[in-house]
Amino acid sequence: MHPAFSVIFLTTLIGVGQGLFLALYTGQLYALANLLPAQSSDFYAVGSMVSLILLFAGLIASFFHLGHPERAWRAATQWRTSWLSREVLALPAAMGLIFLYGTVHFFDLTKPLFVISGTLPVDFSLIIGGLGTLAVFGLFLCTAMIYASLRFIKAWYSPLTVANFLFLGIASGFMLASAFSAYQGNSLVSFYGTWAVIATLFGLLARVATLYRNGRFRCKVDLKSAVGVHHSQLEQKAQGFMGGSFNTREFFHGKSEGLLRLVRYLFLLMVFVVPVILILLAYALESETLPLLAFGIQYLGLILERYHFFTEAQHPQNLYYQSMA
Amino acid sequence: MTQLALVIDLNVCVGCHACVTSCKEWNTSGWAGPMTDQRPYDADPTGVFFNRVQTYEAGVFPNTETYHFPKSCLHCEDPPCVPVCPTGASYKREDNGVVLVDYDKCIGCKYCSWACPYGVREFDEQQKVMKKCTLCIDRITDMSLPESERKPACVLACPTRARIYGDIHDPDSEVSVAIREQGGYALQPEWGTEPSNHYLPRRKTRIQIHEDELVRVDNPLKKEALPTLPAAGETLDDVAW
Amino acid sequence: MQDPTSRSDSDQGRVEVKETTCYMCACRCGIRVTLRDGEIRHIEGNPDHPLNKGAICAKGSSGIMKQYSPARLTKPLLRKQGAERGSSEFEEISWERAFELIEGRLSKIRAEDPKKFALFTGRDQMQALTGMFAKQFGTPNYAAHGGFCSVNMAAGMIYTIGGSFWEFGGPDLDRAKLFIMIGTAEDHHSNPLKIALADFKRRGGRFISINPIRTGYSAIADEWVPIKPGTDGALIMAITHELIKQGLYDRDFLIKYTNSAELVVDDPSRDDHGLFRRFEMHIEEGCFDPENKLWWDIDLDREISTHTPGVDPRLMGAFKLEDGTPVKPAFQLLKDRVEEYTPEWAAHITGIPADTIRRLAHEMGVVARDQKIELPIQWTDTWGNDHDSVIGNPVAFHAMRGLAAHSNGFQSIRALSILMTLLGTIDRPGGFRHKAPFPRPIPPCPKPPNSPEAVQPNTPLDGMPLGWPSKPDDLFVDEDGEAVRLDKAFSWEYPLSVHGLMHNVITNAWRGDPYKIDTLLLFMANMAWNSSMNTENVRKMLTDKDEDGEYKIPFLIVADAFQSETVAFADLVLPDTTYLERHDAMSMLDRPISEFDGPVDSVRIPVVPPRGDCKPFQEVLIELGSRLGLPAFVKEDGSRKFRDYPDFVVNYETSPGSGIGFLAGWRGKGGEKFLKGDPNPRQWEMYKENGCFYHYELPKSYQYMRNWNRGYLEWARAHSMIRYAEPITIHLYSEVLQRFRLAAQGKWPGRIPPQRLRKRVEENFDPLPFYSAPLEHKLVDTHTYPLNALTQRPMAMYHSWDSQNAWLRQIHTHNYLFVNPRTAEASGFGDGDWIWIESPINKVRCMARFSEAVEPGTVWTWNAIGKAAGSWGLSPKANESQKGFLLNHVISEELPPCEAGDHMSNSDPVTGQAAWFDVRVRIYPAEAGEPEVTSPQFKPQKRVPGQDPKRGKWQAFVAGAFRKKAKIQE
Repeated sequence: MHPAFSVIFLTTLIGVGQGLFLALYTGQLYALANLLPAQSSDFYAVGSMVSLILLFAGLIASFFHLGHPERAWRAATQWRTSWLSREVLALPAAMGLIFLYGTVHFFDLTKPLFVISGTLPVDFSLIIGGLGTLAVFGLFLCTAMIYASLRFIKAWYSPLTVANFLFLGIASGFMLASAFSAYQGNSLVSFYGTWAVIATLFGLLARVATLYRNGRFRCKVDLKSAVGVHHSQLEQKAQGFMGGSFNTREFFHGKSEGLLRLVRYLFLLMVFVVPVILILLAYALESETLPLLAFGIQYLGLILERYHFFTEAQHPQNLYYQSMA
Repeated sequence: MTQLALVIDLNVCVGCHACVTSCKEWNTSGWAGPMTDQRPYDADPTGVFFNRVQTYEAGVFPNTETYHFPKSCLHCEDPPCVPVCPTGASYKREDNGVVLVDYDKCIGCKYCSWACPYGVREFDEQQKVMKKCTLCIDRITDMSLPESERKPACVLACPTRARIYGDIHDPDSEVSVAIREQGGYALQPEWGTEPSNHYLPRRKTRIQIHEDELVRVDNPLKKEALPTLPAAGETLDDVAW
Repeated sequence: MQDPTSRSDSDQGRVEVKETTCYMCACRCGIRVTLRDGEIRHIEGNPDHPLNKGAICAKGSSGIMKQYSPARLTKPLLRKQGAERGSSEFEEISWERAFELIEGRLSKIRAEDPKKFALFTGRDQMQALTGMFAKQFGTPNYAAHGGFCSVNMAAGMIYTIGGSFWEFGGPDLDRAKLFIMIGTAEDHHSNPLKIALADFKRRGGRFISINPIRTGYSAIADEWVPIKPGTDGALIMAITHELIKQGLYDRDFLIKYTNSAELVVDDPSRDDHGLFRRFEMHIEEGCFDPENKLWWDIDLDREISTHTPGVDPRLMGAFKLEDGTPVKPAFQLLKDRVEEYTPEWAAHITGIPADTIRRLAHEMGVVARDQKIELPIQWTDTWGNDHDSVIGNPVAFHAMRGLAAHSNGFQSIRALSILMTLLGTIDRPGGFRHKAPFPRPIPPCPKPPNSPEAVQPNTPLDGMPLGWPSKPDDLFVDEDGEAVRLDKAFSWEYPLSVHGLMHNVITNAWRGDPYKIDTLLLFMANMAWNSSMNTENVRKMLTDKDEDGEYKIPFLIVADAFQSETVAFADLVLPDTTYLERHDAMSMLDRPISEFDGPVDSVRIPVVPPRGDCKPFQEVLIELGSRLGLPAFVKEDGSRKFRDYPDFVVNYETSPGSGIGFLAGWRGKGGEKFLKGDPNPRQWEMYKENGCFYHYELPKSYQYMRNWNRGYLEWARAHSMIRYAEPITIHLYSEVLQRFRLAAQGKWPGRIPPQRLRKRVEENFDPLPFYSAPLEHKLVDTHTYPLNALTQRPMAMYHSWDSQNAWLRQIHTHNYLFVNPRTAEASGFGDGDWIWIESPINKVRCMARFSEAVEPGTVWTWNAIGKAAGSWGLSPKANESQKGFLLNHVISEELPPCEAGDHMSNSDPVTGQAAWFDVRVRIYPAEAGEPEVTSPQFKPQKRVPGQDPKRGKWQAFVAGAFRKKAKIQE
């Protein structure tokens, strides 16, 4: 597939935003259990704001993918069948809940509403955060399923795609949370850093598994099945046009194997290796800037990763567009 | 339920592209138009076509087969492009099974094209909506046309009559009979999309001549046998006793 | 969106439907044009038309893009004062000024030496008018494109069976069981052949294609027999060898309907050697075969008059007539000839295994013999014998340029015609069928002028500019035996060049050989590009000047509807109309669209008004004819006779009161007659009411065996299609050719060829077909140039006029050289690489595409996709000029110097057919770092005044709203 930058930014930006929200809420839960020091409401409010901005930026990016963004509202109507439509619902839902979550914290509306078992005080932020978490996981699922549900694109048609979107979103979000904490100068840097590293390692597992899988499968259909001529040596001579078409522009990346290998190594380094090292270094050096760098590099790596994600996808329609004459 | 479709006979298709341009001609000024062209007189001209004719070669010289292969939307019974559409712009008609796009609802996300394994949807880069073969819906349902003309433009144009049109759910229709009797097949059946359009395979006619059929009793060479002329000079009749 | 089922196209704007005839190629299908608000909505095939039966091809449907093409010329243009020819610098002028210019020039030429005016036309389908104009003007220098198209096909077959493929006849696939297509690409007889071929296959007929390349029609063949180019004659004669050896010929047919059994003098010492022995009998001299020849009676074992009732003659043997003359039946001579042409011999030449050749022969012979068709149709032959049925041997053939465009093509096609004859398939069901006005006498009656005296100032030409020589004395030569025509047609160099040699006109005029001319008028002929051989040099010749600074070809007028490459070289450009804007007649006098079952002709009637100031070329000729006072165009008092072309078509008669005019239908005062009758003032309306065609279906008993069908021949004579109702005996043995050979041997009482051509004429005017490698193959080093290079026309661009067409050019945007991977491997390049293709005269850089569907000794490309930069309304960056290439640059229009002369045309020595397909080449990879564009490149051609403004990036055609949006001027 031809990498669509609007979609690359959409998925990476909202991934970070979603992960950041999950980090905030995780922090709150830990604090609730007194495993971590409680943070000021500003921390959650500003954090939610950053998350929201990222989700919004993703949304804006997605509009560049549309031929008719003014009709984008129509995309909410087919949620019964279309993962894209579901994403269109899940994204504003998650955004709304994150907004509420931030607002609740901002206005300190955190007086417990009731207490469960005498130990767990439940306030608005906990409920909204919980709902937000559901929405965010739902959004991860919708976004990933847009790709993972396309059964013709075998590189994507796998639970690994969901795992990939989920872990990398969480990893980058926690990485950002760590950087955010460092920036705020609070003590959550290593907590988020550790979870970021763990998510990154899960992400690595999923990504390497994906690369391994994509490197060796064969498409279910071949040219023989595509044309219905069952001859051992069948080759296209003319695709029927010579100046290109939508089918040759949208579904071919047109990039050399060398470039793709470079992208592959780069994203493996930038998403998985460098950030982990930087976080460990930050831990050792107690640096405030290294977590930020770790996030920055990981995010750039994610853009490359998502770019590669598109180029990995071999669309069966390409069987029909191999040669001109 | 009716399922309209094309059956394309690869046995007779000579690859003339008549279906390609007759389609463009009808549809660019029709319900599904315009079919925009980009750089029409410049380098790398490109444009929207609902139908393409491709060429394939099978085998190695001298045992080479050349195939011409017209391809347009297959109007699947279970079209994967329809449920993925987030707006409902992509739809399959209840009354005749034709898969269409409502340009007014299309947001141009191209997701339907990703979900089609056949590469038959074409995005109009100027109008920013997805377009595709409509089976000339505005011809085949136009009751003001005589019945003989209520057919897709490509079917009417095809000089080799390699395109048959009809209802594949009617077992007595020309298309159903052709599929049944001539080995009609679907493209990429593995996916279970159940394409309505079918293809008829290449067929070969051979002649077997046995050696003893070459020379018949009435072989004209026999007429040319030497004449029985009276022999000149002496014969045994003259000299023997 | 509106629900499509509730929408009717007829409600969208003001709708009109008009019928006319297509001209996107020369096929001439009936079309129905729907207009919306005056713009073309769509063009569909006319379902009632006999030719295409509703079908329409890729080009036909793209007519809209031709009509609104930005390459359209809309103003008469004069080369700017001081601008160099070829620089495409023009100023707009009025038609009046253009006519004055031409009139002034031509009237002077006509008064001094009419042959200094040359008129050559491309595929115009209006030769009836253009040829008549040339004759009336008095110049012999006229021809259409036939010489570089397929004249070998026309001449080879017409000189043998009295008819030919395409317009004149074709394979009866309705009834054939076996069809052999040889040397035919996807073009000729486009839609009708596609329709027939598909029906034939569906019926289970067996289709064999013999071709170096497997594309198009050949793709659906049951068997592909790849053959080396130029060797078809060898294959056909080996098949003939096998058929005769096995006795798989139709003896009865050969005896009754051909000259097979006729006795030929067989004594090389005699002057009449090789001529038929004729007994004394007074026969009125005419252009038919007098029945005064002899058979050898088997029973009486002596000679006897041919067609003596009850006589069974010998086909084989050698005999002595009563007067001691040694004779052989023609068939015996054929048998002797093919004796050495064994399948093994041909296998070596053609690359086809001997067993395959034998099998092909057996399939043809056995199907013809064992699957006979017998139709219950009574008919009477010219000898008065009644027949209860028509017999058919269902083996059909079709052949075209693959055989024709070689210098040995004439004899190969003679061989094919003879093969078809041996199988007994001529004008019989399931075989070859004639189309009116064919069959015609062998050869047809019209003759070219035969002396320089035929050209006189202010006088029409004495004779037809083109005709059918039957003996040396019909040649158009001077006292020294040298050419009178500019293209040297009908000279000893190319005696039977019945369509002229347009491909040598520019070279000859440039060299002044045989003489210089003054004005060259080219109509619809792209001689600065794909219609010329050696194009790069021809372009130089067009701009070359004498020592005195004058152009060697002083004045060049180009009439065309589009900004072709040739337009750039014009001194005066006359903008023509498209086929949708003018009246046309597909006349019985030229090339009608007849069917097997009877004559058909057709017309075009304008469906849209002409754009800008463009004017139909027909109107130009009528205007000029009137201004110049050419007799046919003016009344006795010298005043103009015809208002316009439609008026001309209705009222012109070939001679006063002849009743023969351009159109055959609805003649007579009230339209009650056909073929012959008085002019009918309502003729156009009647054509219009009838779908723009006239179809007369012959009675069944006149539809077959027409060469010998008394009823048909008398009908044809009564309707003035032929002059004699005499049998048209098939020339298995060609006495016509033998007459020329005898002249070369000094045994002909009349003209003899110049010394330098004696051997050439003697060798090539063989009364029996023979195989000889193409001339170029003998004259160039085939080790250095080991490959044959061919071109074909893709179906979507058949006739190559459509790189301007926004839709069609997306299908074929540029061309590749198709190469067998084995050949490429030996040359060291890969699929898609840039390579050079080089012949002895030039080289072209192009891109290669691997194909397993081409014989390894052959490379090929789609013809004329490549264009010169900036031409045809395309951007100079268009793929057509940057990646597309023209093979013509490497094809020479002349042979290397040889015994016959230093400047012999690269053509068939019999007919002057351009030997495009003889070219030998080598291929090798381009160097790394070479620019990735084709070579040669030419300075981009400038747009001319009157062309549409440059179109934008987007073009969305919607009928009714397009012209305004695209700023197309009316």
